[in-house]
Amino acid sequence: MAVLLIAEINGGELSADLTAKSLTAARQLGDVTVLCAGAACSGAANEIAAFEGVSKVLCADDPKYGNALAEPVADLIVGIACEYDHVVGPATTTAQNILPRVAALIDSMMISDISAVIDGETFERPIYAGNAVQRVRSRDKTKVITIRTAAYDATGTGNSAPVESLSAAGDPGLSEWLEDRVAENDRPELTSAKIVVSGGRGVGSIEDFSLISSLADKIGAAVGASRAAVDSGYAPNDWQVGQTGKVVAPDLYIAVGISGAIQHLAGMKDSKIIVAINKDEDAPIFQVADFGLVANLFEAVPELTDKL
Amino acid sequence: MKVLVPVKRVIDYNVKVRVRPDGSGVDLANVKMSINPFDEIAVEEAVRLKEAGKAEEVIVISVGVPQAQTVLRTALALGADRAILVHAADDPHTDIEPLAVAKILKAVADEEKPTLILMGKQAIDNDLNATGQMLAALMGCAQATFASGLEVGEGSATVVREVDGGLQVVKVGLPCVVTVDLRMNEPRYPSLPNIQRAKRKPFATITPEELGVDVAPRLEILETVEPPERKAGEIVNSVDELLEKLREETEVV
Repeated sequence: MAVLLIAEINGGELSADLTAKSLTAARQLGDVTVLCAGAACSGAANEIAAFEGVSKVLCADDPKYGNALAEPVADLIVGIACEYDHVVGPATTTAQNILPRVAALIDSMMISDISAVIDGETFERPIYAGNAVQRVRSRDKTKVITIRTAAYDATGTGNSAPVESLSAAGDPGLSEWLEDRVAENDRPELTSAKIVVSGGRGVGSIEDFSLISSLADKIGAAVGASRAAVDSGYAPNDWQVGQTGKVVAPDLYIAVGISGAIQHLAGMKDSKIIVAINKDEDAPIFQVADFGLVANLFEAVPELTDKL
Repeated sequence: MKVLVPVKRVIDYNVKVRVRPDGSGVDLANVKMSINPFDEIAVEEAVRLKEAGKAEEVIVISVGVPQAQTVLRTALALGADRAILVHAADDPHTDIEPLAVAKILKAVADEEKPTLILMGKQAIDNDLNATGQMLAALMGCAQATFASGLEVGEGSATVVREVDGGLQVVKVGLPCVVTVDLRMNEPRYPSLPNIQRAKRKPFATITPEELGVDVAPRLEILETVEPPERKAGEIVNSVDELLEKLREETEVV
C-alpha cells in the first residue's frame, strides 16, 4: 500500500525525531513517500531522504508553506492524496491542524493519535485521556491518520531516497501568519528529550521553579510542568505535560511536587522509568512511579542536583 | 455578527471512566455528564463578545442524543441566546463522528450564516481533535485552532494559537472557525436567575435527515479495552538510595 507521510518542518528545519518516529509507524502500513512542505526546505528534504525505508521525498519548497498554515498546506496535500492509501503525520499541533482539514476535503473520517497499527485498516488509539484504548477499523479509501510519536522508536538513517520537487498549489489566501512567540533556550525539546524533569503545584512559586530547571540542566534534561503549575503561573504553557499539553515518553521522567492527576498521567505514563518526589505519600503519582521518594522537595531536589 | 457555538455532552471531566468488561465501550450508567470543558470555554468567549458589543447573537448547537439538551440549557444559562438540538441518535453510547458533525454544522451554517464559529479544540471523550478543522474545510473558510487569544476586527480576526514550540499569531478572514484551548478564559458559573431565564429561551430540535446529512459511522469500533497498567514501583528512603537505583536501572544518569 502507498503511504504519504507529512514531515514535521519548522521554519524550513526538519524536526528529525518526530518525523523519524512517525516514519516507523508509516512503514508498518506500506511504501512510504514523504512530503516535505516548507520555505527553503530543500536541506530538510535531503535529510529525510537518508531515513531508512523512505522510497521518495516530495519537496514543495515555497514561501506560502513557511509557517505551515492549514489552508494552503491542506490544499497541497489534497492535490496528491488520491494516489495514496494512507496520509499520515505526527500528532503535533502542526499536523493535527492540517490533516483533519485534508480528511474532510476528501470525505474521509479522521483517525487521530494512533498508538498502534494492527493492519492497513485497523488501528489502536487512546480515548478519554488514555484511560481507555479503542481499536477501530476504517474502510475509507484514503485513510487520514496522526501518530502518537511517543509510542514509537525513531527509524534510523543510511538511505538515499530520490528527492523530487512538487509544484506548489494555489494560495487560498484565507489566513496570514503574523508572528511566532517561541521560548528560546538551549534545553532539549520536551517531546524528544531522553530525560524530562517536571514540576507541579508543590513547587509553589515561579522563583522556586528554578530548582526544577537547575536539576534539568545538570543532567541535560528538558523541563516540564503539570497543568496545575502552568495555571498557577509557575511555568510557561508550552512546558505543560498532560492530556491538554504534550505527551512525552522519555527514558527517565522525574516528577517533582506533582500529585499525579489523571490528566497529567495521560501525558507521561509511557515513560520508561518514572521517579516521583513528593511529600504526600498518598499522592497518586506513586502508583505509577518506578521509584518514589517521600520527601520535602526543597531539600531533596538540591541534594539530588548536587550529587548527580 | 452571529456566533455559532457547537457543544458536546460528555462524561464529566472529574469522573474516572470505567471500561466495560465485555470490551463494548465505557460505562455510562449513572455517570455524571457535562458540557465538554473546551466547549464551555468557547461559549464563555462568545458571550464575552456579545457583552463587548461585538456579537449580536450567540447560537449554541449540539448533535447527539435528546439528553444533550441539558448541555444546551447550561450554555443558555451562561448567556447564549438560543439553542438548536440536532437529534442524531437515541443510544447514549452512539458517538456521532466529527465528519458527520461537521457536515451537519455546515448545513446549519449555510442557513444561519454566522460570522464566527467558536468551539472546543477537542471533545474529552473521543479526543479526536478534528471537528473544527473539518467544518472549516467543508465551509471553505479559514481555521484557527488551539486558540488562547482572540481579537475580532472588521472582516478579520487575530488569533493567538498554542502550538508545540510556544505561540503562533495568525490573522484569519471572516467567516472562520476558531477552536479554543484551555487558557482562553475561565468560564463563569451560571447564576440561578440565569438558569431560570434559560428555560424560556428559544430551543429548536431538528434531525440530520432534515439537513440531508448521513450520520452513519465510517469507523467501526471493534473493541474498547483498559490501557496497559504500569506495575507499582518501590519507595526509596533517601536521595542516595534513589541515585543508586537510577544508576542500576538506567544509562541516562
